[in-house]
Amino acid sequence: MSADDNKEDISGQSRQNRWLTFNVLRYNPSDPASKPRLQAYKLEDADSMTLFIALNEIREHQDPTLQFDFVCRAGICGSCAMMVNGRPQLACRTLTRNLPAETTLAPLPFFELIGDLSVNTGKWMRGMSERLQAWLHGQEVEVDPRRIEERMNPELAEQIYELDRCVECGCCVAACGTAQMRQDFVGAVGFGKIARFRLDPRDVRQDDDYYELIGDDTGVFGCMSLLACQDVCPKSLPLQTQIAFLRRKMAVTGAGL
Amino acid sequence: MKTIMTDVLVIGGGLAGLRMAIAAKRRGHEAIVLSLVPPKRSHSAAAQGGMQASLANVAKGTGDNEDVHFEDTVRGSDWGADQLVARMFVNTAPKAVRELAAWGTPWSRLRGGEREVIINEQKVTITEREDAHGLIAQRDFGGTKKWRTCYVSDGTGHAMLFTTSDQAIRHGVEVHERTEALALIHDGERCYGAVVRNLISGELVAYLAKATAIATGGAGRLYRVTTNAVICEGMGHALALETGVAPLGNMEAVQFHPTGIFPAGILVTEGCRGDGGLLRDADGHRFMPDYEPEKKELASRDVVSRRMEEHIRSGKGVSSRFGPHLWLDITLLGRRHIEHNLREVKEICQYFLGIDPADSWIPVRPAQHYTMGGVRTGHTGQSPWLKGLFAAGEAACWDLHGFNRLGGNSVAETVVAGMIVGEFIADFCDKPENSASFPLTLAQEFVRREESKLAAILDSGGRESPFRLCSEMQEIMTQHVGIFRQGDELLAGVALLQRLLERSREIGVSSKSRGANPELAAAYRLQRMLKLALTVAYGAYQRTESRGAHFREDFPRRNDQDWLKRTLAFWPDEDANLPRLDYEALDVMKMELPPGWRGYGAKNYIDHPDTPRRQQEVDAIRARMQGGDRHAVQDALMPYADKLPATVAGRNERLDEPLEAAQ
Repeated sequence: MSADDNKEDISGQSRQNRWLTFNVLRYNPSDPASKPRLQAYKLEDADSMTLFIALNEIREHQDPTLQFDFVCRAGICGSCAMMVNGRPQLACRTLTRNLPAETTLAPLPFFELIGDLSVNTGKWMRGMSERLQAWLHGQEVEVDPRRIEERMNPELAEQIYELDRCVECGCCVAACGTAQMRQDFVGAVGFGKIARFRLDPRDVRQDDDYYELIGDDTGVFGCMSLLACQDVCPKSLPLQTQIAFLRRKMAVTGAGL
Repeated sequence: MKTIMTDVLVIGGGLAGLRMAIAAKRRGHEAIVLSLVPPKRSHSAAAQGGMQASLANVAKGTGDNEDVHFEDTVRGSDWGADQLVARMFVNTAPKAVRELAAWGTPWSRLRGGEREVIINEQKVTITEREDAHGLIAQRDFGGTKKWRTCYVSDGTGHAMLFTTSDQAIRHGVEVHERTEALALIHDGERCYGAVVRNLISGELVAYLAKATAIATGGAGRLYRVTTNAVICEGMGHALALETGVAPLGNMEAVQFHPTGIFPAGILVTEGCRGDGGLLRDADGHRFMPDYEPEKKELASRDVVSRRMEEHIRSGKGVSSRFGPHLWLDITLLGRRHIEHNLREVKEICQYFLGIDPADSWIPVRPAQHYTMGGVRTGHTGQSPWLKGLFAAGEAACWDLHGFNRLGGNSVAETVVAGMIVGEFIADFCDKPENSASFPLTLAQEFVRREESKLAAILDSGGRESPFRLCSEMQEIMTQHVGIFRQGDELLAGVALLQRLLERSREIGVSSKSRGANPELAAAYRLQRMLKLALTVAYGAYQRTESRGAHFREDFPRRNDQDWLKRTLAFWPDEDANLPRLDYEALDVMKMELPPGWRGYGAKNYIDHPDTPRRQQEVDAIRARMQGGDRHAVQDALMPYADKLPATVAGRNERLDEPLEAAQ
């Protein structure tokens, strides 16, 4: 290491003597003796530290029983959504330097709690996909993959990808007013999927088909337009316009039935 | 003992695993996928830049076909690849892209007419043909002669994984999330399934299956700085290794990606350089042309990573508190391009570095990225040593990548191998002799064995921490078994890892819970990871040559005479401290492309004695058939068509190669 490095190191150290307190909601539903409680952990802040690094440090040095989920730790996979000071967000890309000295971490509401900060988003998302048949319904005849692919307008492909970027993290559902009241609500993630397949010319379904899936209060007419879903979406998906658009289409379809 | 029976047990819910399960299901077999995490969270999602397939849609891909893709792949592998497998792969890749297109993947599409691109710092106008408008677009990647990489912006893996996972749901493929296979159930000749731990309840369940397929991805977490997700700990590799009979191939072949963001190691795609981005040093100087005048930033990854580290060693790195790094400059691509084609890169820079890559250079340094080594299989994906055990994707050594994988060939391999191996698995299950009754007593024995191993950790009272030992292992691997390797350092690394392996038998855990217990999981995984680390380090020590990503400073030449062979690592004795290594020679006389210079990197190798003879044969065949049909030439050199399952056999159509005319 060069002399310059050392100097930076020393100045770096002096910048870092801030201590952070994390109040973590602890609860293990599979343990009858466990009661929900807030547990405080203290940690020295460090340059470019994220909640991924902070929580792993706590687990490795202070409390090996702490449960949480990370996979990609790069903001791509959607595993680590949690409530950070009351707001659902991806923990892995939350830099501690943007947090106050005291931070409360809680699991996402709505989803089944596995333990501490770990929730079963996967199980709910699979159920949602099955319920909404959230896969491309192609032509009856299978495409011959030896042949040149069907053409698609380049702008349309980009628009579909825009909606396809959803990572199923669950933030939108955790922030949703309707979902707080009804467990069977489809949620913005579900509407995003319907909007995505509806936009895709390869999908043969029509609005009548989509009406069957989301044309009621568990679907698009249950949305109260509070729009927290769009505010918290880590991929900045245009959920607000998509839900409004779907509601209009479904209202027209419903009226025409 | 709780028992679950199925036809096909797939371990791993990423692209390769899901695609195999879909194949089995379509052929009428039941399939269960085990996954540590919800399958859409798998590391396949992190593939950004794209998937290679020789569609020849773009102007810069004109003339591309399977032959060119094949040669790029074999050169990239530094002749370590199995050329038969490479042929099967390049012929199936276009079908895989087109199948995904039909299933809904929103591939970026081509616009006909003129467009401006950046090539070698120059703005160049390319004219795309109008009849290609709306076809799948392709970008440039390292180590390729043509622009061949199909992409969905820079979220290619994500889009492919969501499409495939949605299709798995459509086909009713059962996924058992948050489960982990701890051991394969086998009798030394035949594999019957796995002992599986439920990560929420801690319960052990015996899954019995006709065919068991490992698709667990890579083992990047053996290293301190890796682009890999935290779940990429090589546990599928370990499952095979711990059988004692099924070997791992080429574990010393570890790829380092040139552009991990510094210091976190998060990947920014090769697409950055493919689209015209540059590497710069402390002086802002673009240094790659000094080392690699032909391919510059777009030589293969092993070469670029080595050149970067070499440049840092020469004192040209940018110094920082965390050590030296270099710069990746994509500012010249312009904001519009970055916000449309490199948006994940933009997000990553914004959230993890606090910079806008349209204005600022990105700090980068090579980071562990890909595990070329894996469960050694034949071309059908089955282990020749353990009947009924299959593997595909990064967890396998099929062996498509040899000693260096080309960018864009890994997500391609996941779906291609998923299609091919999935069909072979279905064939295997179709045979009546493979539906023999399940050995329940044997399964019980394996469950008991795993139970007692877990109990041993919980009750040990040992003082070693799994987390601390894991960091020590990662440090040793980074220091001793990294990009530049030397005999004495490797030997020291092996000794240090052996000491860690001994200490890992003294691990104690503070929480005695048998259910969700992160410390317990870390403990049993670490014991397995150490065995893998030893196969990497010891294999690297024994291989006294340089090939692809394996670079020995004390043996800098590729040595085909002594080392044109695949390393096989066995772990027959559970209590041993070293793997047993064996070698499998590659037959030059059967190669379509005999060993030679890669076209980049050092022009410095020792020929295999058969190489001149085979080269003469190849030249003679080519001369005799000059001007003839390229498929006929290929068939004369190395026939492979009968090896492919019927579902993926056949030629691929291109604008300039209409299918009717070709047949």
